[in-house]
Amino acid sequence: MDTWQNKGISNARFWLLALLLCGGRACAQAQNTCLDCHGALDPPLQVTEQQFTSDIHAQQGLTCASCHGGDPSKTDMEAMSKAVGFRGKIERKDVPELCGRCHSDAAFMRQYNPSLRTDQLAQYKASVHGKLFARGDSKVAVCIDCHGVHGLRPASDSRSKVHPLNIARTCARCHADSAYMKGYSIPTDQFAKYGASVHHDALAVGGDLSAPTCSTCHGNHGAAPPGVDTVQNVCSKCHVFQDQMFEKSTHKVAFQSAGLPGCVVCHSNHGITHPTDEKLGAGPQAVCMQCHTPGDVCDQQRAAMLNGLKQLDDAVRAADQVLGVAESSGMEVSQARLDQDQARDALTKARVTIHSFRTELVEQDIQEGLKLAAKNWQAGRAALAERDYRRKGLGLALVFIFMTVLGMVLYIRQIERDAPKS
Amino acid sequence: MKPEEPRKVQPLRRRMVELLLGGGLFASVVSAIYPVLRYLVPPPVADLGGDEIVAAKVGDLKPNGSKIVRFGTRPALLVMTGEGEYRALSAVCTHLSCTVQYRKDLHQVWCACHNGMYDLNGRNTSGPPPRTLEAYQVHVRGNEIVISRKREA
Amino acid sequence: MRLLTRVRDWLDERLHWADLIGPLKKKTVPVHGLSYWYFLGGITLFLFGIQVGTGILLLLYYRPGANEAFESVQYIMTRVQFGWLVRSIHSWAANLMILTAFAHMFSVVFLRAYRKPRELTWLSGMVLLFLVLGFGFSGYLLPWNTLAFFATKVGTEITGQVPFIGHHLTVFLRGGEDVTGATLTRFFGFHVAVLPGLTTLFVLIHLALVQYFGISVPPGVEARWKASPGEARQMKFFPNFFLRELMAWYIALGVLGALAAILPWELGTKADPFAPAPAGIRPEWYFMFMFQTLKKIPAKVWFVDGEVAGILLFGAAGLVWMLLPFFDRAGGGRGRKFIMGAGVFALTYVLAMTCYGYLAK
Repeated sequence: MDTWQNKGISNARFWLLALLLCGGRACAQAQNTCLDCHGALDPPLQVTEQQFTSDIHAQQGLTCASCHGGDPSKTDMEAMSKAVGFRGKIERKDVPELCGRCHSDAAFMRQYNPSLRTDQLAQYKASVHGKLFARGDSKVAVCIDCHGVHGLRPASDSRSKVHPLNIARTCARCHADSAYMKGYSIPTDQFAKYGASVHHDALAVGGDLSAPTCSTCHGNHGAAPPGVDTVQNVCSKCHVFQDQMFEKSTHKVAFQSAGLPGCVVCHSNHGITHPTDEKLGAGPQAVCMQCHTPGDVCDQQRAAMLNGLKQLDDAVRAADQVLGVAESSGMEVSQARLDQDQARDALTKARVTIHSFRTELVEQDIQEGLKLAAKNWQAGRAALAERDYRRKGLGLALVFIFMTVLGMVLYIRQIERDAPKS
Repeated sequence: MKPEEPRKVQPLRRRMVELLLGGGLFASVVSAIYPVLRYLVPPPVADLGGDEIVAAKVGDLKPNGSKIVRFGTRPALLVMTGEGEYRALSAVCTHLSCTVQYRKDLHQVWCACHNGMYDLNGRNTSGPPPRTLEAYQVHVRGNEIVISRKREA
Repeated sequence: MRLLTRVRDWLDERLHWADLIGPLKKKTVPVHGLSYWYFLGGITLFLFGIQVGTGILLLLYYRPGANEAFESVQYIMTRVQFGWLVRSIHSWAANLMILTAFAHMFSVVFLRAYRKPRELTWLSGMVLLFLVLGFGFSGYLLPWNTLAFFATKVGTEITGQVPFIGHHLTVFLRGGEDVTGATLTRFFGFHVAVLPGLTTLFVLIHLALVQYFGISVPPGVEARWKASPGEARQMKFFPNFFLRELMAWYIALGVLGALAAILPWELGTKADPFAPAPAGIRPEWYFMFMFQTLKKIPAKVWFVDGEVAGILLFGAAGLVWMLLPFFDRAGGGRGRKFIMGAGVFALTYVLAMTCYGYLAK
């Protein structure tokens, strides 16, 4: 069934040939004379030794013949004859089935890595790429476009094209190329927008590998956009609280009946920037006022929520400032600094509660936060008062010391007037 | 050479100098002794908050209940399992430092910020958290439940 | 007053202390343009006294041990009444004491007070200097904060470069292979028992020698006074010089209080042995010149490892410095010139390398 098993090379012949041909060269597990020539050719026929040794398939013992057929033990052009099953260059339209021959065979894959999934081909067939592919579109992505082909690394390898840090760039090779994507009715600005997003920052800058990239929301093999009525489910995988509150809110029903895509309405899908309180405002970043009428009940509620948030934010900042002054004067306020974390947590919580769209709930969280911030502010002021008390005490002590020193000077003068020192 | 009879200094001036010196000495010595005396009196709270705290009293927690306490400078989570065993973990999520909580319904530790999950040994089981939560030792001393951290000698 | 006189006489009958303090009453101090330098030794002694006092107070609340040391210092700074004052004075006085000890030493070199018969005083003084540096090094670790932990790590690493005994020296200092809580316990023992005992002994020796030989007069002034004896001026130690010294001590006390209240000593963050070393570790200023020198020595000097070469260099320099008085008589005026030159070089080098260490980042 699989070509390399049909080689029919006996062990003895194998090792004899290996000795003769490899000489001092370190041999791969299986014989592969293809590289002797193809390593020296120019692209696109070139496959170097380096590529081969870094390839996961090669490391697992496969050879060129595993996919291309032919006889890797022969050293002449007979290695590439049809008689030994040589296939030559694999056509794009044959790639998924070729990869799937091994990767969809659970019994076969178990020999190599039992925990690897074997449904990639089935998923692919259900994806947008797969569906277009089935209709004969050769421009869509096939396995080798994302995974590479020679020098293919596992996804956990940070040099792999499908490592979380690299996925977006891999997708962008097509999806950001407007010339390539001509004829398809989707935009090509996703990569640019994602690059400016908070998720990208968390992943690429913060190094948080759990942060979402293209495949997190779109799937990888079964890649397709989530869909207007189900995108909320995708976001809810991480943003649980916001999802729970939104579900119970008035906006859930409203958006659903209007066919609006949930979270994306206010937060966008690719260019998700770090939300600021200005989203609740009335300026250019404001989202509420894109639908609501100025002056109506909702506008007033929005303004009330924004007000509360501003109040808490100011209170936290004020406490930070006082603590900063106390610290730079040398006072020890590490406990209050820690408690400020709790106050900031309250602010974060209030911002999450916005998704319930109920002012009274937001107000609750804000009041809690204000209490904490006020306590820390007091601690800062107490530290400053203590500092002033110490300085006053010091001043007093210095006055006494000065008095004493002055007294000493006069006393010395006095006794030396009466009784000379020498 | 000085004249034989000592120069007469006004008695008042002499008195002033003595007063200044004596008074200054006294005042400065007092202003040094006063802080020392206050220092010697131990403050009311003797606890350092270092590596051991009394987290709760026996009976405070019901089975499948939990409590967040301050341990040193960071929050800690004390859980009483369904079987009545006590577990103590650091309550600082290893993802982005939010404070975690115990979920009675899931019998797991959960972080509300991004849906991270940990088991009762602190091992991160799902979601973003990259590392386990530090586990602390729990002892029951009399009717007190004590959480302690193992530190080097 | 009558009572005091009676007590005094009662004691005198038994202890004959009038005989003891007699010589002290006769002690004089030479008076000339450079007399102000004579204060430095006394100020160092005063600061040592402050250290003992504040140190004992700190001992009432400090807990040695990796899990409690940092918290106990934090406790002293925040909960104990005036704990902040005691701790900051202790830290500031430590630094000031090292500064005055160095200044005292250099003034002795430049005023040539080490000359015969005062070589022993110089030797005992050098021992005291090393003891004081030991105080600084051991005390610095006691709050168990990040900076101190890593500075100690680097410092004890360097002692490991001494040939033959280096490793044993490091293990001895660290109480093990690495800097751990065992190191803290050991340093605590050094700092509150071993070093104070040795220092008290050597201070007594040093003071006794100073008493015995009297205060030295710089050679220039000596020559002038020999030429015209009428110009020679001496001041009685009691009460005249002593009162002036007391004044200097009082002013030093005021300076310490001001420093403690206006520039309190930082606590930092608790040491975590498993965290990576923060950027820019460096020792305290009084070790900076050695640290910077070691940094600048190339990796290999001849066939010798750079750090070993550095250690040997400082060892040799230290030995020469200790034996400085013995060069004084050598080869007529040359010995003296050598010492003056060595003094100027040492002072300039220490100052320059210290500044360099701080400016170069």
